[in-house]
Amino acid sequence: MATINLDQLTKSYGPDEVLHHISGDINDSEFVVIVGPSGCGKSTLLRMIAGLETVTSGEISIGGKIVNEIEPADRDIAMVFQNYALYPHMSVRENMAYGLKIRKTPKDEITRRVNEAADILEIREYLDRKPRQLSGGQRQRVAMGRAIVRDPQVFLFDEPLSNLDAKLRVQMRLEIRKLQKRLGVTSIYVTHDQVEAMTLGDRLMVLNAGYVEQFDTPIELYERPASMFVAGFIGSPAMNFLTATGGDGLVILDNGTALPTRLSTSGPVIAGIRPEHLIAEPEGVLPVRVEMLEQLGANTLVHGVLDGSDIPIVASVTGIQSLPVNDVVRFTPGPDALHLFDANTERRLS
Amino acid sequence: MVENRPLLTVISHLILLVGILLIALPIWITFVAATHDEARMLQAPIPMLPGGYFWENFKRTLFGSGLSGTEIAPVWRMLANSLAMAMMISLGKISISLISAFAIVYFKFPFRMGFFWLIFITLMLPVEVRIMPTFQVVANLGMLNSYWGLSIPLIASATATFMFRQVFLTIPDEMLESARIDGASPMRFFWDILIPLSRTNIAALFVILFIYGWNQYLWPLLITTDADMTTIVMSIKQMLEAAEQSPQWNVIMMTALLAMIPPVFVVISMQKLFVQGLTETDK
Ligand SMILES: Nc1ncnc2c1ncn2[C@@H]1O[C@H](COP(=O)(O)OP(=O)(O)OP(=O)(O)O)[C@@H](O)[C@H]1O
Ligand SMILES: [Mg+2]
Repeated sequence: MATINLDQLTKSYGPDEVLHHISGDINDSEFVVIVGPSGCGKSTLLRMIAGLETVTSGEISIGGKIVNEIEPADRDIAMVFQNYALYPHMSVRENMAYGLKIRKTPKDEITRRVNEAADILEIREYLDRKPRQLSGGQRQRVAMGRAIVRDPQVFLFDEPLSNLDAKLRVQMRLEIRKLQKRLGVTSIYVTHDQVEAMTLGDRLMVLNAGYVEQFDTPIELYERPASMFVAGFIGSPAMNFLTATGGDGLVILDNGTALPTRLSTSGPVIAGIRPEHLIAEPEGVLPVRVEMLEQLGANTLVHGVLDGSDIPIVASVTGIQSLPVNDVVRFTPGPDALHLFDANTERRLS
Repeated sequence: MVENRPLLTVISHLILLVGILLIALPIWITFVAATHDEARMLQAPIPMLPGGYFWENFKRTLFGSGLSGTEIAPVWRMLANSLAMAMMISLGKISISLISAFAIVYFKFPFRMGFFWLIFITLMLPVEVRIMPTFQVVANLGMLNSYWGLSIPLIASATATFMFRQVFLTIPDEMLESARIDGASPMRFFWDILIPLSRTNIAALFVILFIYGWNQYLWPLLITTDADMTTIVMSIKQMLEAAEQSPQWNVIMMTALLAMIPPVFVVISMQKLFVQGLTETDK
């Protein structure tokens, strides 16, 4: 098992720097998810750890050893690709055994390990099929199996579930999580799906345009997002942002409403409130003109604007609610629901 | 497209039948001519039904001295020469093209694109265009009247390199990356993954190149003077001219018939892979 340390990692393609001074330490047996919008550099970072991309500057260590110049095959890692990258002309068994065969592992040892992995993933009956004779979910398992038989120090996953349908995705997500806990292998998992990230990761590294916005536990990201980007990215529906002016123990929204806070601030600030933390109350301080309702069964999303302005507000209320469109409903933020951000730097004011 | 229009069906069948007749008739006449004796073939009208001399002509052509009164090698010898030439050309072209396409697609080296275009430009220089200098080179290397001389100048091939380059470009990068993580060396990747994945394309190209090699006429004519090195395609032309009396159609047609067999055999035996190679997209 191994720790992974990233130290001031930078990646440039020609003159374009796509990753900027990424640092972070990943503990032994930890499951870290790298999450961010498309094009933010997640895959590039993962591929640098795998050794498939060169490092422009900085250092990567696996198990305390600097691996910058070490070939992927010698880094003791296994990788699961988005499109699985199974060898189409080899059977499932051969696919799983290929890496071991190259390493000149004895035949009976290979058989034992392949069978063991096949049992764990319940793909034993497919061992003699070709990848094209398998469903997407089964291929996914084979790709995992190929990683497991290698018994590596580190698992790397690049959006392994994005080709599966929603239901299978949820199921495989749980399985990956269980498997990782059972094997205790340090894992890095790349996804752009924040739900997947929140459910899988011990810690999440949120990337935005090649910068690490925050690297912390899912709960911490949710409760204390370090920037407006993280606040907007984590949680669904996304956090509401309202421009406001800071004051002593309160902030004053643009429509004149004063909201209490434990912080003393001054000048322009951004107030963030999660939709699920808005409580409908007759005496509520935020009048919202309802524009549309989304009935999700367990809860109802109220889309509207702050009355007398065109600032969009989303609130999530429990149960099935039917509110007439164009009516004004009043909401109050729950206790501690207010997040304040600097209007210029967009960083959290704590 | 599934349609049910009787008239259309009839017309399209008619067109197909006419086409088949047009193509099959000369082959039929060749066959018929190979089954008669010499005298019958010189009388008009030429026969349209097979005669009884097939085996006799067959034996005489394949193992005997062929045309009476000439110095031509027996046809089995020419078949062997043609086979050797066609195999050397097709296998040689395929191996060289596979390796050069591998280099161009998967390796970074200085002037990589320059080399690619250099190879590509040779498309504009088929043997017929560079025939004199090529002859000079082959002669200086002492390869006249040898299998090497017959095949090597025809081996370097831009078309095949280009085709394999396209095939390799369709193989996802993840396949290479996956193999790298599995610890495969470049040559291992080439053998274990690229070659099996290009299998159908190799087969398709083999069929095309085999026929290309088999049908070579000008080049063998130029560099072989020894009767033992004659190829079958050039011999047919020679047979027409060689005999001072009127052509011995029965022998010539039997030779033509024999000359058709290997290409037909190659096409039929490779048909399945060939069609897959030209149409398949499943990578
Ligand atoms: N080979 C390359 N040459 C130049 N730029 C590249 C190259 N590969 C990636 N990039 C750039 O690097 C940035 C990060 O790409 P990367 O593939 O890591 O994004 P990603 O976060 O994985 O996105 P996605 O979620 O869409 O997969 C992108 O802006 C991309 O255009
Ligand atoms: Mg990506």
